[in-house]
Amino acid sequence: MIEVKDLHKYFGALHVLKGIDLTVQKGEVLSVIGASGSGKSTLLYCINALETIEQGEVIVDGVSVHAKSTDINKLRQNLGMVFQQWNSFPHLTATENVALAPKIVSGKSRQEAREIAVKQLEHVGLGDKLDVYPSALSGGQQQRLAIARALAMEPDYMLFDEATSALDPELVGEVLDTMRLLAEEGMTMICVTHEMGFARDVSDRVAYFHQGMMEEIGPPAQIFGEAQSEQTRKFLANVR
Amino acid sequence: MDYTFHWRPVFRALPDLLDAGLLTMEVAILSMVIGIVTGLLLALARLTGAAPLRWFATTWIEVARNTPALFQLFFFGFGLGAFGIHLSPYFIVLVGLSFNNAGYLAENFRGGFQAVPPTQLRAARSLGMTATQAYVRIIIPQVLRIVYHPMTNHMVWAVLMSSLGMLVGFRELSGETQFFASKTFRIFEYFAVTAVIYYVIVKVILALSRLIGWRLFRY
Repeated sequence: MIEVKDLHKYFGALHVLKGIDLTVQKGEVLSVIGASGSGKSTLLYCINALETIEQGEVIVDGVSVHAKSTDINKLRQNLGMVFQQWNSFPHLTATENVALAPKIVSGKSRQEAREIAVKQLEHVGLGDKLDVYPSALSGGQQQRLAIARALAMEPDYMLFDEATSALDPELVGEVLDTMRLLAEEGMTMICVTHEMGFARDVSDRVAYFHQGMMEEIGPPAQIFGEAQSEQTRKFLANVR
Repeated sequence: MDYTFHWRPVFRALPDLLDAGLLTMEVAILSMVIGIVTGLLLALARLTGAAPLRWFATTWIEVARNTPALFQLFFFGFGLGAFGIHLSPYFIVLVGLSFNNAGYLAENFRGGFQAVPPTQLRAARSLGMTATQAYVRIIIPQVLRIVYHPMTNHMVWAVLMSSLGMLVGFRELSGETQFFASKTFRIFEYFAVTAVIYYVIVKVILALSRLIGWRLFRY
């Protein structure tokens, strides 16, 4: 379970998150929507401590993420993250990209790490690209590689930061399909996304962020059908 | 023009010159290896270090790049000598060149670090890697590729710069040449042959680094 309590985040004088309270249960798929600059990506970075926080608390499975005593490197293994810029490691082949963290972070043997990598690459449909360098992969394939890389650490949670925003339109589908597959397998996911179709069809709940606050959260039917907030309705009217 | 060329003494000294050439290569390559490691640390210190570390690195880089290499050698030779620290000519040159290489390469590396997208570090950290693991496994390999060709140029520069060694009494290729030339007064002949040896050394090093680059950077 991920619990976010009264989370405040500043970038200098800019107050980007203004007191977020949020709980994500095991197995739940939460989509976070909202305009650029509404703080939704920052929320993800605060959950796995890639950003510090100024106030409040984030608790993952009972462990306070930002506490000084927390072993953040250990915690992050349980929080897979996929970025908008897919960030494949260009100097490593697909298999090496995926096998590296199991090897040097989890201390798996070379052989075990390779088996995990092959399994995860097949999982995301890249079984025929094992020894290819990222430069020879399309954006969609690189993003699926990034998903495989995160999955190789066997996380209980996956955080997706606008995983399809930087992709050419024709490549968005394959990545969304992979995300959908994970959701069906029961992965707990927080997806910051601009893909309203995905948010509506795949998520259990949708959160709408507006100017650093969580304006509304509820099942997709509520958010997309009968949103209670005027602001939510306005946003959705504009994106559709 | 009534100068008569006498090549015979040069050829008789050739084995010694070639030995000195090997010494030149040795000191240049060693100073380069030390320079790369130190340069990386200086660049990291400048980019991510605390204030005192940053100042230290900046001062080193500024001095190494903006004063004559010869003065730097003199500092490690006669300068330290004045304080009672006496290095052998070999170490004066090795330390001096390494100091100079580190300063120059640090600036190259700094550019290289800035050319690697910061999100690479985030991606590595998000997988649970420590900062050190992320730098060693993800960031630095990419930096080395970016700076590889400028670094190759600097390697050539290190070979040629090592000739300053003769001014602190180091019998590398130039020192050795000077020694024989002044014994026989066949100055032109000796330095002409030595120039050829330098040329060959540089070409060999360039070919080697091309081979290493081709082997290392498959992507």
